[in-house]
Amino acid sequence: MAFSEERLKKVSEIVARYPEGKQKSALIPVLHLAQEQFGWLSAATMDYVASLLSLEPIEVYEVATFYSMFNLKPVGKYMFEVCQTGPCMINGSDDIIAYIGEKLGIKPGETTSDGMFTLKAVECLGACGYAPMMQLGKFYREHLTREKVDAIIAECRSNAAANN
Amino acid sequence: MGVKLLLDKAHIEGIRTYEVYRQNGGYASVEKALKMTPEAIVEEVKKSGLRGRGGAGFPTGMKWSFIAKPEGVPRHLVCNADESEPGTFKDRYLMEFIPHLLIEGLIVSSFALGSSATYIYIRGEYAWIPDILEQAIAEAKANGWLGKNILNTGFDCEIYVQRGAGAYICGEETALIESLEGKRGNPRIKPPFPAVKGVWDRPTVVNNVETLAAVVPVINMGGEEYAKIGVGRSTGTKLISACGNINKPGVFEIDMTISVEEFIYSDEYCGGIANGKRLKACIPGGSSVPILPANLLLKTAKGETRYMNYESLSDGGFATGSMMGSGGFIVLDEDQCVVKNTYTLARFYRHESCGQCSPCREGTGWMEKILKKIDSGKGTREDIDLLWDIQRKIEGNTICPLGDAAAWPVAAAIRHFRDEFEWHVDHPEECLRRNYGLAHYADEREVLA
Ligand SMILES: Cc1cc2nc3c(=O)[nH]c(=O)nc-3n(C[C@H](O)[C@H](O)[C@H](O)COP(=O)(O)O)c2cc1C
Ligand code: SF4
Ligand code: FES
Repeated sequence: MAFSEERLKKVSEIVARYPEGKQKSALIPVLHLAQEQFGWLSAATMDYVASLLSLEPIEVYEVATFYSMFNLKPVGKYMFEVCQTGPCMINGSDDIIAYIGEKLGIKPGETTSDGMFTLKAVECLGACGYAPMMQLGKFYREHLTREKVDAIIAECRSNAAANN
Repeated sequence: MGVKLLLDKAHIEGIRTYEVYRQNGGYASVEKALKMTPEAIVEEVKKSGLRGRGGAGFPTGMKWSFIAKPEGVPRHLVCNADESEPGTFKDRYLMEFIPHLLIEGLIVSSFALGSSATYIYIRGEYAWIPDILEQAIAEAKANGWLGKNILNTGFDCEIYVQRGAGAYICGEETALIESLEGKRGNPRIKPPFPAVKGVWDRPTVVNNVETLAAVVPVINMGGEEYAKIGVGRSTGTKLISACGNINKPGVFEIDMTISVEEFIYSDEYCGGIANGKRLKACIPGGSSVPILPANLLLKTAKGETRYMNYESLSDGGFATGSMMGSGGFIVLDEDQCVVKNTYTLARFYRHESCGQCSPCREGTGWMEKILKKIDSGKGTREDIDLLWDIQRKIEGNTICPLGDAAAWPVAAAIRHFRDEFEWHVDHPEECLRRNYGLAHYADEREVLA
């Protein structure tokens, strides 16, 4: 359980943005770094982050459990976070969520047994004019249709195969 | 074509890069402002009548003049890029397509407020935008607009981008400050206000992305000229993000003199209702503001034309009006169900309540449950009254305005669409098969014809 050299350098850079002694401000950015490296935040990861920033572990747990982007359980290699709030709902997000669930054989909140996909129904992501939409990793996929969903699933499968 | 002050250059090829932005007049406001005194800049902003674009519409110059200046204590400017109010996606557009405009506005505003370390707090889900902003910051710095001794004035300034991690409540300024300090986003009790005790107990001003970008034209034109655009206390231009059942969803810059009808039906803006349908209702300023049926949206209760500005949108108060809010304009056509839409918003607020105050924590949960029950045909007439009762008990009884923001959409939906709620209750099976439709909320344009 440790960060790469590069990530450790990034941590020092982030801590330097705040006044002396206020390194706790780096907590959320550093948790993002941890999640990028490990995929999710285990207790061991959170303890490691606490030690990096000279915080009590409880200070890290408190924060990690508050913010919805932090995964406290392992998730699939590809996470489909489909927005279900009003503006997306009136543009057919329910159908997209149901379709993905059907294609992958999982319900929102579940991960496929091969650990490849997680489906989540989430709240407004600030793309309401481009609905229905989902977050996939760092980016948004907008104006979703069933055909686009098929293509995205195929794209993920082929990326995964290429990386193995 | 209306006046454009923020997005006028957004479509120029390469405007994201420093060179193109600079060639097109970028950073002129910094050159001008750094020859002024900070007090004179605050005066210009006051004269401009610029009001906060984050939702509350508080006059920016006045807010700036409240910042405390205790000897030897650093002050901070924080840019609120948390943008999480359903229906709102204008700040994203601005940051993605013309990032230097925000950086330019931040430099001028930091100088006016005396902030040498300025933070942009951006919602975590906008994960690709920090790269764009950091690139713009690096370019500005490389060209001497940031860093030490900017333009030989002795003013030092750095801008840092801080990502949130998924919490609407962190858009509330004191929750944002807590989050920036590395804590849970629990709003603080005010006073003390951030202008006195903000981030790390230092005097802090929190402003919205669009507000800070608008400081650029204010300085370039001068406050008085800026104030001539628009009408009354709605000066300058406003970004509106339009979504829902319209032909051209997207982000539009308007000067606040156009009517709601023009905004919805003109090809310059939303391009009319999609699929040839009729307008049923609209939430004109982000999910927190009251929903209005078509007739009250296009005309006020007095029968006057309703305009896209702060005063006109709120004409009639909550009884028959709504609010400009964040500029998130959500349009519902005749096939949409107000009960279902309200249910998704109630679920949103339950999910986003930080849980500190019991009226908000418990009330949002109850509202979600009851709305779900009514939407699925299992509600009773008493449930509608109970819902009304719960929203009234939340409003005004909480630490931060999220409680009100959760109560208002429910209240307005019942106020204007009670017969649709009752129809659901009275037609438990039919309501699962079809929607209530337009009933008497028919498009005002047809009623008039
Ligand atoms: C629950 C809640 C969420 C908010 N979210 C945002 C937001 O995402 N962006 C924003 O600029 N202001 C938001 N605000 C308003 C801020 O508290 C604050 O008034 C604003 O950032 C001030 O900037 P302005 O004066 O430039 O509008 C929110 C307020 C509340 C109560
Ligand atoms: S009103 Fe709701 S969100 Fe605001 S402080 Fe209270 S519980 Fe938290
Ligand atoms: S409602 Fe789905 S992105 Fe805003």
